[in-house]
Amino acid sequence: MIRFENVGMRYGAGPEVLRDINMELAQGSFHFLTGPSGAGKTTLLKLMYLAERPSRGLISLFGRDIATTPRRELPALRRRIGVVFQDFRLIDHLSAFDNVALPLRVAGHPEEQIREHVTELMRWVGLAEKLNARPATLSGGQQQRLAIARAVIGRPSLLLADEPTGNVDEEMAVRLLRLFEEMNKLGTTLVIATHSESLVARFGRPRLHLERGELRLERPRELQVG
Amino acid sequence: MLRQRLDIPLNRDSSVRFLPWIIGLMVYLAGLALAGTLVLNGTLARWDRSLSGTLTVQLPPAEAGKGDDALAAVLQTLRDTPGVKNAEPLGAEATTRLLEPWLGNALSADELPLPRLIDLRIDTDAPPDLAALRARLAAAAPQAVLDDHRLWLDRLASLVVSVELTALAVVVLIGAAAVLTVVFTTRAGLAVHHGVIEVLHLIGARDNYIARQFERQALELGLRGGVMGLVLTIATLALIGHAGDATALLGERVRLVPVLELRFWHWLFIALLPAAAAGIAMLTARFTVLRALARMP
Repeated sequence: MIRFENVGMRYGAGPEVLRDINMELAQGSFHFLTGPSGAGKTTLLKLMYLAERPSRGLISLFGRDIATTPRRELPALRRRIGVVFQDFRLIDHLSAFDNVALPLRVAGHPEEQIREHVTELMRWVGLAEKLNARPATLSGGQQQRLAIARAVIGRPSLLLADEPTGNVDEEMAVRLLRLFEEMNKLGTTLVIATHSESLVARFGRPRLHLERGELRLERPRELQVG
Repeated sequence: MLRQRLDIPLNRDSSVRFLPWIIGLMVYLAGLALAGTLVLNGTLARWDRSLSGTLTVQLPPAEAGKGDDALAAVLQTLRDTPGVKNAEPLGAEATTRLLEPWLGNALSADELPLPRLIDLRIDTDAPPDLAALRARLAAAAPQAVLDDHRLWLDRLASLVVSVELTALAVVVLIGAAAVLTVVFTTRAGLAVHHGVIEVLHLIGARDNYIARQFERQALELGLRGGVMGLVLTIATLALIGHAGDATALLGERVRLVPVLELRFWHWLFIALLPAAAAGIAMLTARFTVLRALARMP
């Protein structure tokens, strides 16, 4: 599903943010990504959701070497990835409904199908009453659920979430993690960056730990780190 | 189609508010330049047509006792030439009248050594061989000069051509300015909405999907501005036409404003300007966005 070989990443002429990352995540796996602030978690996720290109090394996604994949074929790969951004990145002038519908519209799905799927999912994340609300009028927790709904609406093969439970209380965090677990059971590969040790402990999933740009595996039986 | 939902809120940008006005002004200027060129072209063609049917033969002022012989010889030669329909010498009075605007009526023809003019009407369908006619005239009266107005008309034509080229350059410059304006507006839009564009990009939007939003916006603004410019152009041309008609009532000599004779296809040409402006705006926006997106990973 995801393979990193000797991946290094630096921004401009700055120091390397990530060094010699080697890992392989199997399809249907579920990993937490932990590490102190500034350890490179967001950069690692950005490399996975194709927002950045590595400075060195090889990344392969869905069996495709990203460096040799033509640019015009990348959108199709991106549509198989759902991303929950740390700052949500909802589009303020669009309604909650239109925000969630965006990945389907971008992929050219018919409007009736979009209406049906989005309404159903919005009900599922508890935002059925907020279809026409603008993101700015929603609470932090509601925005987070909206961001998650947008990430999962396209039924992605890979779901990457950057602190997806940072703005909600413990109870909601557990509920959202249960949603992710459900998706994982249906075959979605998950990588969830979090600071919450309690969540990691509670869900007992393998952990990728980043520290000073280097990746360490905890629970090696589900992951091979070189 | 134009009122479709925009994922990128381009219609709220302040830079976008001025675009229709700028494009409107450009279409207006281009419309006037184009109308001027078309009118000038039509006028030249009309002069060409009316002049090509007439020629003038000029004889220098007569020396005592000789003048009438030369005149008679020239007239005979002309009348014998196939293709010449009519050859009439201008009388002394008519010649004086021609000079009146310059010399006033205080002078009479007797006091000035005036050349004698012969007005020729030729058959435009089978015109005479002018070179042969010149040779025969030289034989009949060496001082006679055949003036076919060609020199004057050629100079006028080259003047018209340079005015037309200038107008064309103006239209091209206006087009280039329009392109630059749209490029800068689009770049401003790309910068302002970078966050939204990045989200669209990351959730798998193709470059075309994003570019379409910009081009739709540019097309709409271009059309709106173009139509404004067109209305202004038509109003101005109508005003000039009206002023032309009004001064024409005062007589041909005091005409202050040129006659606007625009044909149907001229108007069609001018009416196409908004579409052209909108098309240019749309394509410019599209290529600007595609170029910018190509730099994204």
